Amino acid sequence: MSAIGVEAFGICKRFGTFQALSDVSMKVHPGSVHGLLGENGAGKSTLVKCLLGYYRADEGSLLVDSKEAVIERPADADALGLGMVYQHFTLVPSMTVAENLVMARRNVPGIIDWKSESAALEEFMRGMPFKVPLHVPTGSLAAGERQKTEIVKQLYLRRQFLVLDEPTSVLTPQEADEMLGLIRGLAHSGQLTIVIITHKLKEVAKFVDEVTVLRRGRFAGAGSVRYLGPTELTAMMIGEAHEPAEPERLGEPSDEIQLQVRDLRTAADGGRAGLSIAELTVRAREIVGIAGVSGNGQKTLVEVLGGQQPIESGSVDVGGIPYDASREQAQARHVRVLPEEPLRNGCVPNMTVVDNLALRSFDRDAAGTQRGWLDLAGMAARAREMIAAYGIRAPSPQAPIGVLSGGNVQRCVLARELDGDVKLLIVANPCFGLDVKAVAETRARIMAARNAGTAVLLISEDLDEIMELSDRIAVMHGGQVVHQMPAAGADPQEIGRHMLGHE
Amino acid sequence: MSDATYPARRTLEALLAPLLALMAASALFSVFLLVQGQSPLDFLDLTWRGAFGSWFSWQNTLQRAAPLLLTALCVALPGQLGLVVIGGEAAVVLGGLAATVVALPFVQMGPVIVLPVMALAGMAMGGLWIGLTGYLRARLGVNETIASLVLAYIGLAIFNHLVEGVFRDPASLNKPSTYGIGDDNMLGSIPFLEVHPGIPVGIAACILCWVLIYRTSLGFAGRVAGGNTKAAQLQGLPVARLAVGACVLGGACAGLAGGIEVAAEYGRANASLAAGYGYTGILIAFLARFNPLAIVPMAVLLGGLGAAGGLLQRRMGLPDATVQVLQGMILVAILASETFYGRVRWFQPRGAA
Repeated sequence: MSAIGVEAFGICKRFGTFQALSDVSMKVHPGSVHGLLGENGAGKSTLVKCLLGYYRADEGSLLVDSKEAVIERPADADALGLGMVYQHFTLVPSMTVAENLVMARRNVPGIIDWKSESAALEEFMRGMPFKVPLHVPTGSLAAGERQKTEIVKQLYLRRQFLVLDEPTSVLTPQEADEMLGLIRGLAHSGQLTIVIITHKLKEVAKFVDEVTVLRRGRFAGAGSVRYLGPTELTAMMIGEAHEPAEPERLGEPSDEIQLQVRDLRTAADGGRAGLSIAELTVRAREIVGIAGVSGNGQKTLVEVLGGQQPIESGSVDVGGIPYDASREQAQARHVRVLPEEPLRNGCVPNMTVVDNLALRSFDRDAAGTQRGWLDLAGMAARAREMIAAYGIRAPSPQAPIGVLSGGNVQRCVLARELDGDVKLLIVANPCFGLDVKAVAETRARIMAARNAGTAVLLISEDLDEIMELSDRIAVMHGGQVVHQMPAAGADPQEIGRHMLGHE
Repeated sequence: MSDATYPARRTLEALLAPLLALMAASALFSVFLLVQGQSPLDFLDLTWRGAFGSWFSWQNTLQRAAPLLLTALCVALPGQLGLVVIGGEAAVVLGGLAATVVALPFVQMGPVIVLPVMALAGMAMGGLWIGLTGYLRARLGVNETIASLVLAYIGLAIFNHLVEGVFRDPASLNKPSTYGIGDDNMLGSIPFLEVHPGIPVGIAACILCWVLIYRTSLGFAGRVAGGNTKAAQLQGLPVARLAVGACVLGGACAGLAGGIEVAAEYGRANASLAAGYGYTGILIAFLARFNPLAIVPMAVLLGGLGAAGGLLQRRMGLPDATVQVLQGMILVAILASETFYGRVRWFQPRGAA
């Protein structure tokens, strides 16, 4: 098994009248780690899907291993040894690693002789740079191990060219470093060519040999990482120089406690342990960041604070009084929530932008008293103000919010949730899936709210984001807050150890 | 940046999709007729004449449309909350039975007492019945479509059991019925027009429901809960109570339809009440995309189709079930037309980044 190179020339792809790719070329040398960079919607996924036969390019040609190749369906890519590891896991959770591997093969016999298959798999595993347990259901593996299993699966399928889509988004810093190091080793030993789709420039600098950058469906640049620093890459990605300005932190946290969680427990959900948080406080003008590997109770914590999940015992106090997350209490105590994936969790996709901007306020008039009739003119007027203030780009205020781009949906939710006096703001993965500018804007808004005196609880899987925004960091593992520390001078490696549950 | 005609195009899309579905169903049905050696044009002509050709056929059409307006609301109101409730038939028959039985002690007091009692009893019974479905859904997570369907069978069985048992008038020999409310207490037709009295009630109910859904905070909260439960929970809206409330209100409409049918048509509760109004209401609500105002024309359309059934039977020798075949084709076409939305580029917003 040896690495193969892939070259794409002049790839064009249209969806209806939307030009997803125009005249894009990419050259991936055999045995290299190639970074494919670009903002959301730049066409990265479309390009690799054309390579792998999920889409057919309208124009352009492909060279695989220096030979012209026609890839019309995934089976063609498969036969050429091209494969992909998706961002979302594609393993069957209830089946063991061995079963998942055998099942993925093209020529699975009607009756499987598990004894000989097992022996063959053991033999195969001995040659692997990383070990995964063969006879454990993949559902019980940690995220890092599942990611490794996905890669092992591709190697088992004898891929010589592998695309990894945002491979480290679910890993701790240690796991990410380890995984990318191993991948790099495989590539440089000439077994495999790797394309990594990513937006983490630190990883690019550390593990990638060459990059191709796309912008709005066009080729924006390429070259060796030795000559391209983060500033040049960012400029290529967004088309202009962009200084990643850190939002300014003004003033010290006050002594006034806004959110206090004590001895909080929730019921276990399926195989996952429930929450068990001894103490967590957020003060006014303070951002407390919750770090943790995905699936360690962060989602449950947001659901409890957002009123989507009941608590079993313990207390949640807001402003010193018990809080039940009902609409009355949320309105009276000015508690707001920025959920992750705002379109799925915080908006009604079929309702208009105006309606969605009014979700917090439709049943109250300016004086805060309940109203039975909708104030349609008032709703439209407030929506116009918010659209102007937050630069929301929508085809019409009466368009359903579902047709807006991710960044504009996020702006709508920010406008709605940060409207007026906000005492406590709960934020979950606010920048997931946003482009560079929208990320900077969102973080600046959160910081501005903090500076104005809002207590912010920030739950994020992006450790860099937590380090950048937080005043204090709490680490969650297995439903518990296992460690708390001030953000100033915090060591990512140490946080990573706590994220994995090590002392 | 802005796309001024987008809201208008969106409305047009919402009008065109069901229209195309109706045309597709008609085409399919034409094939069905041609296979049997019948002319689709004759069918269209006879349907038109049987449904809307004369004032007499209009009366016939409206008489059938009256209960349909209310049974469609029984699907559309929960539908706005994201629930597909298909058990309106039981709410109609049980509502009709409750209206009759509760009114019986008052028959001596005249229509001024009897009719309001009937309306209230019918609505209470229907609301209770569909509300039970909503409760099962909201509190116990039981699939509301299955629950309402199974409860419809149970409701019809209870209805038959009671009408043939404790509530039976021994004088009703061939067709077991309850005691009558008396001719003096019955609802007459509207003077001059000779139109079924359920029509103004049904239209008023549709308008009221439209106002409730699109103009009040409560309706807004309901639409949020129906559009995205997670978002509604995050806003602290009482999702479960809204769902149960919509079911109760929808059931009350269907129960009222049963009460009106008894008061205007039969004078007593018997198997005639189970005429499939609850099921046709499902079709109408989907055709109207759960918009109460759109229910009005759709109910008239389907009422007309039903009214033309007799004429078709006599002239073309087609069995009664032919109209049901067409109804079924329309329902399938409507459900399939949901995939039409967002497919045609021209209707989509322009200029957005």
